[in-house]
Amino acid sequence: MNETISTKIKQNLDRSLFNRNEESVVNSSGGNHSTVKLAVRNLNFFYGEHQVLFDNNIDIHQKQITAIIGPSGCGKSTHIRTYNRIYELYRNQRAEGEIRMGGQNILAPTVDSTLLRQRIGMIFQKPSPFPMSVFDNIAYGLRINTNSRGSELAGCVEETLRRVALWDEVKDKLWEPGTDLSGGQQQRLCIARAIAIKPEVLLMDEPCSAIDPIASAKIEELMLDLKSHYTIVIVTHNMQQAARVSDYTAFFYQGHIIEFGDTKQLFTNPQHQQTEDYITGRFG
Amino acid sequence: MQSCSLKTRKAIDQSVKVIASLSAVIGLITIVWILLTVTGRGIGALNLKFFTEVPTPPGIPGGGLVNAIVGTVIMTIIAAVISLPIGLLAGTYLAEIGKGTRFAEVVRFVTNILIGVPSIIVGIFIYALLVVPMRGFSGYAGAVALAVIMLPIVVRTTEDMLNLVPDSLRESALALGASRWQVTLNVVFRSAKRGLLTGVLLAVARVSGETAPLLFTALNSAYWFSSLKEPLANLTVTIFNYAMSPYQDWQQKAWGASLLITVGVLFLTITARLIMKRQGKQL
Repeated sequence: MNETISTKIKQNLDRSLFNRNEESVVNSSGGNHSTVKLAVRNLNFFYGEHQVLFDNNIDIHQKQITAIIGPSGCGKSTHIRTYNRIYELYRNQRAEGEIRMGGQNILAPTVDSTLLRQRIGMIFQKPSPFPMSVFDNIAYGLRINTNSRGSELAGCVEETLRRVALWDEVKDKLWEPGTDLSGGQQQRLCIARAIAIKPEVLLMDEPCSAIDPIASAKIEELMLDLKSHYTIVIVTHNMQQAARVSDYTAFFYQGHIIEFGDTKQLFTNPQHQQTEDYITGRFG
Repeated sequence: MQSCSLKTRKAIDQSVKVIASLSAVIGLITIVWILLTVTGRGIGALNLKFFTEVPTPPGIPGGGLVNAIVGTVIMTIIAAVISLPIGLLAGTYLAEIGKGTRFAEVVRFVTNILIGVPSIIVGIFIYALLVVPMRGFSGYAGAVALAVIMLPIVVRTTEDMLNLVPDSLRESALALGASRWQVTLNVVFRSAKRGLLTGVLLAVARVSGETAPLLFTALNSAYWFSSLKEPLANLTVTIFNYAMSPYQDWQQKAWGASLLITVGVLFLTITARLIMKRQGKQL
């Protein structure tokens, strides 16, 4: 438990360092002390020469849901895409600063991005099942990351599909293409695929924006259920969704984190004028 | 835009429609015309002997072109064996590994130039490169010439087909902890496999009808296939020779061979289209 203690110390240090509103942190954890899973410090991001994130500082709390809201193009997605370094797929994108997880800066070149992504899973805006069967979509991550095969693998797949409440819907079409499922089912398949390899953190980049409201409601329900095991960060343009599911909310505007704090407080008593304008629908 | 009356605009609209439709019909007529002529003149030459016997000496009727059919198939297969692995990997480099690098840009540019190089120049190139040092025309040289023509087409279609795979799929696989090569092999290729197969078929169709590069490399032969080190019989050069000959029997065989190639290319193209269509449905 050394790690927990050290993160707690660091958290306190961070608070004093960055003058975070301590009250909101205590409030949000409902009296319990929640530990910081990811500590983002002075994160800057560039597309070529063009800077899109400016000195982002944020603490992502363990086994809590953190929502990131803000108008289109404000850098929400770019921000969480640094957590698993998925931006590295593109040659001209570059991140500077620190994202500390367990005392390690995950942006450091010494950290292997493949291993990092096994710990930090991601769900994307558009459901993107692989061109494989429903079963293989889930099994893919397990096959490449673990030694589980045969009946053990099948057991893992079933367990994961049950976890996302998809098992009953797909148990008779496990060998049909994943692309044949409905949009909402595909997205739950993608969530299942991500949690099958048991990551610690789940990043969700507008997971409900391409699916219908009923399917969205199922995914929100699922998120609340998954919270007990995973640290979740969700980017959403839907403020009601952020208010419903999240414990903490960060408001982004033009690449800056304008406000970050307890969700209830941010929505009922925002500290910044820009936050208030945005959540009351005056712009965005 | 008020200066144009409604009447004038409608008239222009109509005439553009008519001219475009006419052009489309002319294109269609040309193809149908070729097909009808080749079929009409060539169908008579296609009999069992055509597919089973080697040519008779000049002036003596009878015989067939089985040696040329086999030769064309052999050279096309060897060309494919040489150019497909290189072409697929180079295309993969352009779309996946080297994307955005200066080197990839150079390779892409050179590939585009290579696609535009007249095939006779490829023939002369291979003549200087292989035929002269080996002191003779050969099936090998013919196959290599066809491979050189095929290569840039395969590179280009591979890149195009891989670029059609959305980045969201690559990101999803990477986000699961897959390495770049696993992403390419298990997800991108799998997703693009029909497109890749189509590209390969079209490239094969393209080279199976080439004549000029073979004139300087494989040449032709009236005899049964003996060795790839010897001049190798093939359909296209046979068409060239027979069509120019004074013998009516040979001329008819040239039409028969033309029909055979046309049908072969048509078959490959239609197969490619069907494969693509099924992909469209799947997505």
